[in-house]
This record gives sequence, C-alpha cells and structure tokens, in this order.
Amino acid sequence: MKKIILAAAAVLALSPAVRAAEVGPELMQVPWSFDGAFGKFDRLQLQRGLQVYREVCASCHSLNYVAFRNLSDLGYSEGQIKAIANEYEYPEIDDEGSDTTRKGKPSDYFPNPYPNEKFARASNNGALPPDLSLVTKSRHRDGPNYIYSLLLGYEDPPAGMEVLEGMSYNKFFSSGSFQIAMVKQIEPDKVTYADGTAATQEQIAQDITAFLHWAAEPKLEARHGAGLRVMLYTLIFTVLAYLLKKRIWARLDQK
Amino acid sequence: MSTEKSVLQRAFEWHEQRLPIGGFIDGVIGTKYPAPKNLNYWWNFGSLNGLMLVIMIASGIFLAMNYTPHKDFAFDSVERIMRDVNYGWVMRYMHANGASFFFIVVYIHIFRGMYYGSYKNPREVLWWIGILIFLAMMATAFMGYVLPWGQMSFWGATVITNLFSAIPVVGDSIVTFLWGGFSVENPTLNRFFSLHYLLPFVIFGLVVFHVWALHLPGSNNPLGIEATPADKIPFHPYYTAKDFFGVGVFMLIYFAVVFWAPNMLGDPLNYEKANPLVTPAHIVPEWYFLPFYAILRAIPDKLLGVIAMFGSILILFALPWLDTSRIRSAVFRPIYKWFLWLFVIDCAVLTWCGAQLPEGLPLILSRVGTFWYFLHFLILLPIIGWVETPKPLPASISEAVLKGRG
Repeated sequence: MKKIILAAAAVLALSPAVRAAEVGPELMQVPWSFDGAFGKFDRLQLQRGLQVYREVCASCHSLNYVAFRNLSDLGYSEGQIKAIANEYEYPEIDDEGSDTTRKGKPSDYFPNPYPNEKFARASNNGALPPDLSLVTKSRHRDGPNYIYSLLLGYEDPPAGMEVLEGMSYNKFFSSGSFQIAMVKQIEPDKVTYADGTAATQEQIAQDITAFLHWAAEPKLEARHGAGLRVMLYTLIFTVLAYLLKKRIWARLDQK
Repeated sequence: MSTEKSVLQRAFEWHEQRLPIGGFIDGVIGTKYPAPKNLNYWWNFGSLNGLMLVIMIASGIFLAMNYTPHKDFAFDSVERIMRDVNYGWVMRYMHANGASFFFIVVYIHIFRGMYYGSYKNPREVLWWIGILIFLAMMATAFMGYVLPWGQMSFWGATVITNLFSAIPVVGDSIVTFLWGGFSVENPTLNRFFSLHYLLPFVIFGLVVFHVWALHLPGSNNPLGIEATPADKIPFHPYYTAKDFFGVGVFMLIYFAVVFWAPNMLGDPLNYEKANPLVTPAHIVPEWYFLPFYAILRAIPDKLLGVIAMFGSILILFALPWLDTSRIRSAVFRPIYKWFLWLFVIDCAVLTWCGAQLPEGLPLILSRVGTFWYFLHFLILLPIIGWVETPKPLPASISEAVLKGRG
C-alpha cells in the first residue's frame, strides 16, 4: 500500500516537471493571500485592484467574463455595484428602432474598450491587447507570479539586443522573445488609492494581479473551503474503512 | 429468534424469483464470487477503474447539460460552467482531473497485470478486452480534451487527426472524413462531442465483458499459481471491505488535486480560446499521451512514426505469446522482474521526452526509449522466458502464506 501511495505521489510530483521547461529568468515570488489550501482573497486588495484595472488597464484590455454583479465578491453592496455599473454606457435600440444608449446594469459585463479586433490592433501598433479574464491561468503554470513579474519586468535591453519599433524589452516575456507590445504601465503613484494605501509600483502590481486572479478563478475561496470539508470527510471515511477492513479480515485468523 | 420474515424480506424474495438482480450482484462482486485470499493492494485498481468510470460519466452528464458544442460558444460555455453554474467548477475540475486519475489507475492496473502475469493462459481474452478498454479510453480522452475549444484543444486535434494523412493513397480523404470538412472546424467539434458522449458507454459495455471474462478463470494472484477452493475467500465481505479502504486512500489524493491544485496537470494554454491563426510554439498532449507522442516523434518518417505509435499499444495484444515463460508472477522470475522495472523506467523516460521539443538530448533519448520499448516486447521477453530459471513455486497459496510469503 505504501508503495502504491508513493508511486502515485511520485507521478503527481513529477507531472509538472514533465512539462516543457519554461524558459526565462526565475519569476519574482509574492506571498499571495490566496496561496495554499486555506488561501483567501484579500477583499480590500481586490478593490484596489479593481481601481487599477479601471484606471489603467481598461483603456486597452477587456474583461469579458466578469459582470458587475460579480463584484459583490469584492465586498461591494448592491447599491455600490449599481453605481459602478451606471458609470458605463451600453448601446441599445429604442422603441422606435433607432440606436441609442443606456446606462449599465449589474447584469452587464465589463465593456470591451474597442468595437472590434481591427480597431484594437490599429490603435496599438498592430498588437491586440488580450482579454484579461483568464490571464493569470492561461500564460504560465505559476500564473499570478508571472503576471506580477511581467508588470515589473521592464528594463533596458541587454547590450547588442535590438528592440523593434514600438516594442519594449521585458525580461520575463520569454514567450515573445522578450519583446512586448505593451509599454510599462505600472509606475509609483500611477493611481491614488481610495483607501489611502501607498501606491508603490510593487503594491499596484500586486493589487492588479490579485484582482485578475480573482477574475480568472472567482470560485477559489469556495473551492478551498469545500476542499477542507471534503478532505476531512474522506479522511474519516478512510479511517473507518480501514478499521472495518481489519475487523472483517480478522475473521480469517480465527478459522 | 423469530423465523418470521419481514415484509421487506418477502418483497425482496418475491422480486428475486422474477428477476434475480440481488443474486446476480452477489455472484459478480458478492459472497458467491470466490477470490484468492492473498490478493495484495495492487488488486484494488480494478474496482478503482470502475469507480472512475462512474465518476466520469456522472460528472460528464452534468457538464453536458451546460455545455454548447459550437466553435463560437464552447469556450464561453465552459467558462459559464466555471462561474455561473451552481457547483459547475466542482463538476469540471472533477471531470478534467478525473481523466488524469483514470489514466493513473489504468496504468497501475496494466502494470499489475504485467508484473503478476495476469495476461497469461487462461486470461488472454480478459487481457485483450482490457486493451480495447484502454484504446477506447484514449479516444474518449482525446476527444474530450478538444471540447473546451482552447488553443491546445484545437491544435492537439489538428496534429492528431493529421496523423491519418500519413496513410498512403486514402490518408487525406480519411482526414477530411474525420474533420467533416477541410480543417478542424465546427463539424469536428460537433462529432467529437457526440462521440465523447457515446464512447464511455461503449467502455461500460466492454467492462461488462472484461468482468465476465474475469469470472471464468477467476482472479489471478500475487503468486500466479492456481488457487484451490481452499485458498479462496468470498469477494464480499473481504474484498469489498478492502476495496472501500483503497477507495478512501485514492479519494484523498484525487480530491486534494481537484480542490487544491486543479490546474496542476493541465496546460495553461488551454485557458486561451482556440485561434486557427495562431499556432502555439509547442503543441503537447496531456501527460498520459506523452510516451506515445514521444514514440511518434522519435521516428523521422511520418507514416512509420504513426505505425510505431499505434504499434506500441497494439503489440500488447500479442503479449501473452511474446512472453514465453509459463510462470505468471514476477516474484518467481528473477530476470524478468528487473527487465519489467527497466521497461517502467523506459516509459517514464518516454513520458519526459514527449513533453520536450524533439531535438537534442530529448530526441536521442526518445529514439533510444522507442528502440528499447519494442526490444522489450519483441526480443527480450521471448528470450528471457527461454533462458530464465524460475524460483521454485510454492505448492499452494496456503503453504506460501504460512511461510510468510503470501
């Protein structure tokens, strides 16, 4: 039995190693509040991250899978969510059949900053700013640390490296030969936090990354919580099953 | 003590006389199925496979209720399952990781069969049906992975279906037929969804035959010798109790991954919507296909690579005859035992190679690994069976148990 558990553990431990090695320098590691089996989101951090998204990212990046109603996860009340949604406008066709606009509702999703892909590319030197809803899961196995590192990974290119027109050197952007179409966005005091938190660039990068990880994995807390209960239940079941098995097999010795 | 039967008992007996379901179950996994008393924990994996099949079908049915098999909506519908469907995330993570765990269990089950010679006379047909189940599982897993319509779904489907174009003359027509068009497109997604729903029930049917074929000779055992009636104990309650404990241990590992590291085994790129215009730099299948992918890419010629890849599985059909030893259990086969572990290492090396780009060291290793894979089956196994002097077999299971070797 031990051998089998060890074998299974070895398979699980090796499987990420089996994957192609991800090139590039070692990522900066942040002790995220949502790390580990008991990790939870820091609501105030998510609210700050939302502010960063709206003030910095949203001018180029969509967030297609997040609706305003989802913001209740961040600790906002129904009224606050309505107020946020109201700040956006959505196209509508009125009763006469003419184009008009209406104010956003909690059931609306964050609007796309561009009407279409061609427009987006034309506005961004040919590059398409990706949707951010799943970006902490789709880019790297260690997603949040990758996004955090990427946001702060801008520096002067190494000597001899030619960076293309309109591109920036980023030491963590290995998938794109270290040349990224997004210019450095995170600067100290780029935002003025509503809750008075000092807006260092590390703080801003952490806040937006945490927010994006919530956007990618909104059920993380429910999953961690359920996991604990499921594991406890299964553990008790397993112990009882072991005792039952021992008791039943003891009958054989008596024969 | 009252001899009066309760209403429930009488109702049960009334029903048994008309349709003996209780008696049937009792015969298959109950008190009427005698199993050798020395089965170790490696024998837990058969029932674990059955459990995984049930978990996959059950979670899959709920996923299908909320999934849209259309190229424009598939990815979005999966995200809707993850975000808006009540406990949709549990169903999807159980299903996606369930595929991995199903393969872990099936690989251990196959290894157990190889170690204890469970494929040998009189269990060859049982072994064959097992390989058919394995093939059906691979097809099911491949098509299931296409359904979320992420980047790796799309490009994995493109690469694997394109393999058939290596077949001379009719290859291209076969690929067009598989796709339902001239590239991996909406018709491909539709038929894969349909077949992905169908195949698990085909597997279920094959499992019925697998268990049927098992019950004629009965279970093999770690000693590999015939079990006399005196060496057998009823499946229920002994092995049902033992299986329950195994299920518990297995679930602890499975649930730890589902709830605490659900994306550990998957490729991050599949969280990006399929885009036919952007080819990923490195297209890799899920981990359980990596050894076969390594064999495919080890051979420079496309057609030969495809033949080698399918051959690496089909060769298992001939295993009962390639292994010329009549001794079943590796416990009594000093040489075979070592070569079997070498074979396991070979598979592990191929798994690693399958995830790397086919160049440099990984390519050399995958060629050596592929060569060894076929060498093991085609040359080594027959020779070992001829030259090996097996250790003396115990006269009976009871004798071995008394000597502390059971």
